[in-house]
Amino acid sequence: MVELSLPKNSQISTGKTWPKPQGASKVTEFKIYRWNPDDGKTPSIDTYYVDRENCGPMVLDGLIYIKNHIDPTLTFRRSCREGVCGSCAMNIGGTNTLACTKGMDEVLVKGTVNVYPLPHMEVVKDLVPDLTRFYAQHASIEPWLQTDTTAPEKEWRQSKEDRERLDGLYECILCACCSTSCPSYWWNGDRYLGPAALLQANRWLKDSRDERTGQRLDNLEDPFRLYRCHTIMNCAQACPKSLNPAKAIAEIKKMMVERQI
Amino acid sequence: MHSPMRTPLGRVRGLGSARSGTEHFFVQRLTAIGTLILAVIFLCIVISLLGESYNTVHATLANPLVAVVILLMLLSITVHMRIGMQVVIEDYLHNEGVKVLAIIANTFFTTVIGLAGAFAVLKISMGG
Repeated sequence: MVELSLPKNSQISTGKTWPKPQGASKVTEFKIYRWNPDDGKTPSIDTYYVDRENCGPMVLDGLIYIKNHIDPTLTFRRSCREGVCGSCAMNIGGTNTLACTKGMDEVLVKGTVNVYPLPHMEVVKDLVPDLTRFYAQHASIEPWLQTDTTAPEKEWRQSKEDRERLDGLYECILCACCSTSCPSYWWNGDRYLGPAALLQANRWLKDSRDERTGQRLDNLEDPFRLYRCHTIMNCAQACPKSLNPAKAIAEIKKMMVERQI
Repeated sequence: MHSPMRTPLGRVRGLGSARSGTEHFFVQRLTAIGTLILAVIFLCIVISLLGESYNTVHATLANPLVAVVILLMLLSITVHMRIGMQVVIEDYLHNEGVKVLAIIANTFFTTVIGLAGAFAVLKISMGG
């Protein structure tokens, strides 16, 4: 059955409150999920205060400030700091998003920035979720051009119109905000591919240069892999790139029907 | 299948694609449209019979057109109900044995409901 309460070793306790930075006139409170696999303790929520006059405006700036000035043990992924790499995806103020493109003042709940790892994924440490299965799901849709015709001497040609059909699909950065916001993915993530992998699947189904559309559809035609999407739309709401995975999935379902009638 | 030594890709691929699901998806939408139309007609019939005598109601239900509408509605609703409930079962029951039993029970239940309803309509219609 679906677990409606957290197992004992996942129940969150109140953590440490770190002192406010000295001499700071404007501070923002951060409450951050902490869990260390090595200390044998249950997860906790630590409280930090970020000096806004010595820190950039984004949530990621706040996290980096905390790591550099308050608590170097705070663990999180980050890289590009401009919404391109997808590394700093986490649950901020109750919504999955990128810490680097979300302003602290946009997500305040009673003056506090609440930061948790992406929901319903195993946690490696603090804000770092284990995305192994998520990446395997992406690999399973074979996200590369597949052709049987002998490769042309130069590039595979594509009309402007056909190229435009990939807009809204190719921009995905695989941050996992959508898949980990989807209740269907929470309950059946072992068999349902999730919105991110399916949006990518649609990207290759839509590519006019690809010659394996039928086989791609065969591989997706499954009550769990594709049809676990119940159009909940959390994916579209969460996507920090403003893409619409739910629409992409609906388009795959449409193709499935189209080839049968 | 749940061996910890299995590669992540092996686990995701699992037993492969079932090559099904589209029919359920299509039929679920088809029966939704069907039920919407038939239920509206059925409600009109019920409203038109409000306050009427037993004999009038019996005669109306025995009318072949009315009986066919009700039979179609029963078929549409029970097929829709079966698929819908199966999706709920697959979503929330993760013990394979319990899941299979629940799917069997769901099929039996909707078949019995549908047939019992159809029998009642036919009995009235055929002069029972």
